[in-house]
Amino acid sequence: MTSALETADNPQDMKRIVIEPLTRVEGHGKVTLLQGSNRSIQQARLHITEFRGFEKFIQGRPYWELPVLVQRLCGICPVSHHLAAAKATDMIVGASELTPTAEKIRRLMHFGQTLQSHALHFFHLCSPDLLFGFDDDIRHRNIVGIIEDSPEIARQGVLLRKYGQEVIRITSGKRIHGTGAIPGGINKSLTQKEIRYLQGDIGQMIAWSQGALELLKKVFFEHYNYHLGFGSIESNMMSMIRADGAFELYHGGLRARDRNGESIFDHNDYRNYDQYIRESVKDWSYMKFPFISALGQENGWYRVGPLARVNNCDFFSTPLAEEARKEFIAIGDGKPVQSTLGYHWARLIELLHCAEAIAELLGDRDLVGKELRNMGNLQSSGTGVIEAPRGTLFHHYEIDELGIVTKASLIVSTTNNNQAMNESIRKVANQYLDGHRLTEALLNQVEVAIRAYDPCLSCATHAIGKMPMELNLCDDDGELIDRLEKRADGRISRTI
Amino acid sequence: MSTDKTFRMDGKAIPFEAGETVMDAALRAGEYIPHLCHNPNFPPHGSCRVCVVDVNGKHMCSCTLEAAEHMEVDNSSDAIIDKRRTLLQMLFVEGNHTCPACEKSGDCQLQAVAYHTRMLSPHFTHFFPKRSIDPSHPDMMFYYNRCILCGLCVRVSRDVDKKSVFAISGRGIDSRLVFNSPSGKLGDSDFSATDEAAKVCPVGAILPKHVGYETPIGQRLYDNKPISVVGDTIAKNHSEKPVVIGGPHE
Ligand code: SF4
Ligand code: FES
Repeated sequence: MTSALETADNPQDMKRIVIEPLTRVEGHGKVTLLQGSNRSIQQARLHITEFRGFEKFIQGRPYWELPVLVQRLCGICPVSHHLAAAKATDMIVGASELTPTAEKIRRLMHFGQTLQSHALHFFHLCSPDLLFGFDDDIRHRNIVGIIEDSPEIARQGVLLRKYGQEVIRITSGKRIHGTGAIPGGINKSLTQKEIRYLQGDIGQMIAWSQGALELLKKVFFEHYNYHLGFGSIESNMMSMIRADGAFELYHGGLRARDRNGESIFDHNDYRNYDQYIRESVKDWSYMKFPFISALGQENGWYRVGPLARVNNCDFFSTPLAEEARKEFIAIGDGKPVQSTLGYHWARLIELLHCAEAIAELLGDRDLVGKELRNMGNLQSSGTGVIEAPRGTLFHHYEIDELGIVTKASLIVSTTNNNQAMNESIRKVANQYLDGHRLTEALLNQVEVAIRAYDPCLSCATHAIGKMPMELNLCDDDGELIDRLEKRADGRISRTI
Repeated sequence: MSTDKTFRMDGKAIPFEAGETVMDAALRAGEYIPHLCHNPNFPPHGSCRVCVVDVNGKHMCSCTLEAAEHMEVDNSSDAIIDKRRTLLQMLFVEGNHTCPACEKSGDCQLQAVAYHTRMLSPHFTHFFPKRSIDPSHPDMMFYYNRCILCGLCVRVSRDVDKKSVFAISGRGIDSRLVFNSPSGKLGDSDFSATDEAAKVCPVGAILPKHVGYETPIGQRLYDNKPISVVGDTIAKNHSEKPVVIGGPHE
């Protein structure tokens, strides 16, 4: 279905359009569009150019450092890596179960992380697009524009994010790069004082999350067909699921459904993920392309993250999020919602769920418990999987008898969405590219499609490669006929 | 301890006993002088020079300098702190001290002394030496990146444990800690996790395995109070059963 399009037969007959860098996405990206002689976009390639090299770097380090070391993969969702690595090291130290206190504190930390990440994405990165429209002046369509026009929205965004960071600080010791989760458990529980402090504002957080969701729905329904169709693609979806089918972010089996919502697999043990998920490599990308092995490389690609999770789960365990889920699912008319901008909607349902779930957890007496850690016999490998804010995150490690990591494999959320992002870009480019001339509007639309996935590009790569920031248009013979350069501040200039 | 002899440090009279060093007299009087290679429980060594003070216009090493009457000691002027900071900056760039990911962070004397001297940047170009770890011992890890060659483990293993597990080999910039074993590996030496030498490292070069970040942020030695108030990491490690050998009165 896709490789024919994204690795076209006669690339020499195509025009090459390069868009770089993406503003307001964590890290840097570059987009190449290859235009066929019939003017349609035959290939869309999102290139990832940043290098972190962590899998290699981790080799040779002691396993007990992992939860703290790997957080540095990503400055925007370090807690996800912290927890995925902690889960893998739980297996390594032979802790088949956590104490209730440890498990609940880790969950609390994870809800705090997801809350702050989703709040950041909605209020700072995506609400400017939604509130001002995609064709608003790029210089106005940013967080500064939001603060000027809707100071209350901006304030709520800042405070929701801050609340999430406070949850992280209290559970891990620091707002970023804390140490809370350790192999087999956690290093501290909460005090009554800390619980009361967090309880103080949680009601307000739930209300603001509801408000954000209502705002998003209003905007979505105002231009319903546009939002439904924009960059929309038919894909499989994969996510974690609780044993009873409930929405789950921290621990459970994996569920995958196809474009019609039919089951591909369900409640799969994530420890064997390499038996049903594989990764392919393409010569033009540093980022791998995961796929469901049973469906093959061509058809096995899938989407992860809020859209997949809300589509896949049978219900939310908290009442307001469950109500919101039903409303969302209804637009799919019996099938999964495939709208790429539906990511924003699903993300806010999750934001609401996180706020509700934090409120619930804060009433749990286990949070002040004293049993923090379980240990068993040292094992030679461990796998930890969680649902990070951006989607399913896999960590797998092997160690030698001295406790030193000999192998590390990670599939980060954005990598899971790699193929899907290319598909959405191609769709949007075909919708908005007109003729042979690049426009600011097209560039902005492509960015909006990518941003819907909330990619964390800096963390999703395996090798180095830095490209100049430019947008190129080449003719059939590969001759450059147009070039746009886009700077990090959003300014665009034609430089040919 | 009663004495009528004193010297002056930063305008205060510090009493001392005959034969006592400036460092020991100051610490006994509750005055902190930064130090890394010195541990009050063991004889002084005088190698790191972080304890430098100005005595009557001369820069002296306070951990080895015998106290005398009429000494005017400057322990806290900007000029003296600048000197110490420069020494620390050289230590930081010479090894790989990546505090953010180090298990010892918050409990580390090098880090705490750097804070004490108001060190905000490494200033010099990092050497980024290629150094490894030695994981061969079943219970203890050795991290070459963090060793500042203070020699404490060498002295304690030799003088207290009577094992001489450690030695410093090589010269100048090529100096490194070596282990006394046929293979050169720590795991093949007589070292044991219960040795006194396992507790004296002021940085995170010798650490027990499987512990990691067990101490939560906020409860580490230097999280809430500076080293001038809480004292040495070593003192903490020795808090249950202080081992006092040698010293100026031996
Ligand atoms: S291992 Fe520690 S105690 Fe031994 S010389 Fe190095 S820094 Fe000093
Ligand atoms: S403490 Fe005096 S020289 Fe090291």
